[in-house]
This record gives sequence, structure tokens and C-alpha cells, in this order.
Amino acid sequence: MKLMHVLAVAILSLTLAACSKPTKPDGTTAPPADSGAASSGLGGEGAAGAGAGASTSTALTPQQQALAAIQQKNVIYFDFDSSEIRSEFVPVVAEHAQYLVKYPTARVRLEGHTDERGSREYNIGLGERRAQTVRRALLAQGVADSQITTVSYGEERPAVEGSDEAAFAQNRRVELVHAQ
Amino acid sequence: MQPTLATLKSRAVAALIALVFLLVAAPGHAQLRLDITQGVRDAVPIAVVPFGGQAEGGANDIAAVVANDLRMSGRFAPLERRDMVSRPTSGAEIRVEDWRLLKSDFIVVGRVEPDGDRLAVTFELHNVRTGASLLAQRLPSTEKGLRATAHRIADLVFERLTGIPGAFSTRIAYVAVDGKPPAQRYRLIVADADGFSPRTVLESREPIMSPAWSPDGQKLAYVSFESKVSAVYVQQLATGQRSRVSARAGINGAPAWSPDGRKLALTLSRDGNLDIYTLDLATQTLTRVTSDEAIDTEAEWSKDGQSLYFTSDRAGNAQVYQVRLDEARRAERVTFTNGYNARPRSSPDGKQLALVTLDRGGYRIGVMDLASRNLRVLTNARQDESPSFAPNGALVIYATREGGRGALAFASSDGAFQQRLSSDQGDVRDPAWQPFTTPR
Repeated sequence: MKLMHVLAVAILSLTLAACSKPTKPDGTTAPPADSGAASSGLGGEGAAGAGAGASTSTALTPQQQALAAIQQKNVIYFDFDSSEIRSEFVPVVAEHAQYLVKYPTARVRLEGHTDERGSREYNIGLGERRAQTVRRALLAQGVADSQITTVSYGEERPAVEGSDEAAFAQNRRVELVHAQ
Repeated sequence: MQPTLATLKSRAVAALIALVFLLVAAPGHAQLRLDITQGVRDAVPIAVVPFGGQAEGGANDIAAVVANDLRMSGRFAPLERRDMVSRPTSGAEIRVEDWRLLKSDFIVVGRVEPDGDRLAVTFELHNVRTGASLLAQRLPSTEKGLRATAHRIADLVFERLTGIPGAFSTRIAYVAVDGKPPAQRYRLIVADADGFSPRTVLESREPIMSPAWSPDGQKLAYVSFESKVSAVYVQQLATGQRSRVSARAGINGAPAWSPDGRKLALTLSRDGNLDIYTLDLATQTLTRVTSDEAIDTEAEWSKDGQSLYFTSDRAGNAQVYQVRLDEARRAERVTFTNGYNARPRSSPDGKQLALVTLDRGGYRIGVMDLASRNLRVLTNARQDESPSFAPNGALVIYATREGGRGALAFASSDGAFQQRLSSDQGDVRDPAWQPFTTPR
């Protein structure tokens, strides 16, 4: 069961990374090698990746590299009925803030979610409150309001299925979805 | 209603949207089926004999539909067919002593006959103990209309025996979801109250939620995320024509119709703060009702249209409040028992509220009597939500979970029983029961 969740989260992260794959015009035809590079670049060896990339025509821009790095951690998890950012996620928010400050044309969409307990529309409110907490944290660190949009899905879009605490914990979240 | 420029304009827009957005009216899947989850005490034994003039066991088997409706009400225990020793189709053919032996208190018999190029269904209700005829009618029908005629017979039998108008001819709206996250498919479905004849009225890759029937039972308001953010739509069911009535920045949610059908209460957000507004559908006038830093949502109109019930966590956790729609707009707390009370829904007579309440560790359906403020918990699962009263007030439909999936269930408003309406595929949720479509 536990393994299933880990797998589900891993698959989800990969899917999200794939979805938010940079689609800059300079990406040209973007052969499979490009997305492969984006994925393998997640290892964090930015210098090596840049060096290798410089010799080919499919180099990632510095912004794309920075984005790939922060997208490894683009979900903030919350406690039950809480919209406070837990201390372990404060650095995560900070990394996203730094990226957005450095690239003022970059945009982020904050998607707030809850677990399935309680009433649906109230959970929309709770998801929104979570998204707003992250928004305020980004604003406080210098991100422009115009770079941020928020949406709350409440309990309507769970990350994982299941009605146990492990599933609930994975579903109480804000996803930071980037667009360049 | 005089068409104003605004309504004409919004009608033109609605027509355009209807053209662009072809809605599926194909018979949906996700058929719902009634499962008896718990024996009903004091259910009245009744025999509904297979009707003459039609094959037994077909899709339009009138007696089967009537028996199922009566069983669904929780107040009747229909006799199994295999126990019936004869098949009378008229009152004259009933040998009451046979049915006394079978311990049926009442008996329904009838037959289908050609009537020109149409059909006529004759039925009779008799008291087995006294032999008295309680009801005898002939209803015009058609081959396609036999199920509807059967529901009508169930309505009449139910009313004759309980004094309460039957609600079996009404429909329910709900949301069905299939697929695994994050690739899910959402459908808004309208089906007969017994779960049959499901019809998909909207389909989307993005969430659909909170269907709400207009007081005349002809339209649904709902929330759809089809444009990647929430918006509230109103859809005419007969034509499929729909219009987007609120797509403001932030949240557009929790639509609820005013009793006169002219306004919607909505939840909107500014800077992430959810508050309740009313929107006049003809003039598009938006009026703010609450302004509190808390989550204020899930509005429901009082019967007189003068106030709204809503959910708010202004006191720290979700509770139900009532705000009068006058100048002062003072909100008063309504619920005090239990640490979580949400999603109030008014009973048809306006005397009770059905709501979600946190009861001994589980989210359950409760009914609160507004005069005495007594809260009665109707259900006993862990994740029950979205209660909606039947238009006769006798049942509450709600969403529950069964085997890890969403299912719909009925509870009697007096808490005497619950029954499940399970789906053969997918997750079903967010039920809303249609009001009576003809004035009573």
C-alpha cells in the first residue's frame, strides 16, 4: 500500500515535470533527446548538464535549467484542516520565489487541494486558503502579484486515491505549476 | 417576465454557447441500482402483482418499477413474486384470503391495454384485510412512457397510504467520475429518482460540482472547471442550452437558487477570501451578503427568500449561520452541537436543515429542526456528504463511500433507515434532488 503511494507520487511528479516541460520557441523541434535531457537534468548536476548541452544544439537555457531544478519539489503538503506552511517546506517556497524573482516574465499557478473529508464547497475554501498562504509567502519574498494565479480544486482532483491517512496526507497540498 | 435588454443579450450569448457546446444526450452508463443495506422495521407488507398485458421482467415491467419505488421509500416491504400464488389483474380477480395468508396488508393490481395507437394502464389498490378498494385509475401512456406511468402509480399509491405525495416521478442530478487521478473524466448526470435512465448533460476532463435545481425543476446551476478555473453555469435541461453566469476572478462556487428562481446565491472570492453574494440573473446585479475573513460558503435560501443559511469557519471551525438579506446583514450562528457542521440544505417545508456534521469521528448526515435546534444524525458511515431533501421531505439523498468509491444513498428524514444506490462503474457524488415540477 505504502509502496503504491510512493509509486503514485513518483509517477505524478514525473507527469508534472513532463507537463511543465519548457516550450520556449528556441526549443525548436525538441526531439526526444530534449525531454530526456530535461528529465536527466533533474539530477542537479547543472554545470555538467550545461557543459554537455553547450556542445549540442539542444542546450537548455539557464532559466530552463533553474526551472528543472525547482520542479523536483513543486508540491507543498499541509496538515489536516491547516493552511500553514510547515517548516520543512519553507525552503521549497523560497527556491520557487528566487526563481520567480530572477525571471520576472515567469509565471506560476498555485493549485490548492484538500483531502476528501468534509463538505466539497467548504474544501474549495480550504484549498484556496492554502493557495493564498503560498501566494503571500511568494509575495513577501519579492515575487510580483502579476506572476501568480491561484485556483482551488478542493477535494475534486486528488493526487492519489484512497481513504486512509497516507492518501489524505498526499492530497492536502498546493502544487506550484510553472509556465515561462 | 418582461425580457430586458440584459436578458435578451444573455439569451443570445446562451444560444451561442449552446451551439458551440454540443451536449451529449446519449444514454449514459453508470447505471445506479438500489441495494437494500439494512432491513426496515415496520415496513408495510404490500403485494404489487405483475401487470397484465405485458411480459414479466422486461425493462418496462410496471409492477417491478412500482415495487422498487415503494421499497426505496423505506416504508413498504413488497412481496417477492415467487411467493405470489396467483396473478390477478383487476380488483374483481383478487381473492383476498390468498393475500391474507401471504401476510400482505395491501395489494396493487393492473394491466396494460391498447388505446388507439397508444396505451392505457389501469390499476387498483386494495386493502387486503378489509377488502376495500382504495384507489382505481386509468392512466394514458405509451410504450416509451411506461416507466414514467409506473412511477406515477407509485406516487399515487404512496400518497394514498401515507398521506405524503410520492416523489418517485422526480429526478436526481449527480456527478460521476471515472479514471484514475490525475486523468479523470467528470460527467453531470440526470437520472430518474430510482437511478434509471441516466442521461449525461455535461462531460469534462475538468471537475464539475455542486449541481443545484431551479425551483421549477427545469434548469441546473453548477460549477465547472472546464476553462481551468471555476465558473458557474446555468443549463436548461430540455434544450441543453446553457449560459455562463459567473466567471469572476477567483472562486465561483456553491450556486443556490432563490425560491422565486430569479437569483442565485454564489460564493465568490476576492484575494482568496470567500464570501457569499447574490446575483440577479435578469439584471446581472451582484450584491455582497457576507464580508468576513473566514470561509463563507454553501449558501441555501430560507423558504421565505428573506435570509440565507451558509457555512462559515468564522468561529474557528465550520458551523452553519443564518444571515438576513436586509440592510444590517447580521449573521447568527445556527448550529452549536458538534465541532463541524456544513452544507445546510433546507427541507421543502423550510422547517428543517439537512447538513454534514462531524459525529463521533465521522462526517455524517444530520437533520436539524430549526424550531427546537435539535440535531438528529441520520447516517453512520465515515464520509457522508452533500445531503439533498426529496421534494416531499420524506427522504434525504446523500453521497457516501463504499469500497473506496463514491456512492449515493437515501436516508429517511426521521432516521429510521438508509439504503444505498450503488453505481456499477465509477465514482458518483454530489446528488441533488429535483423539486416537484408541477405546483402542489
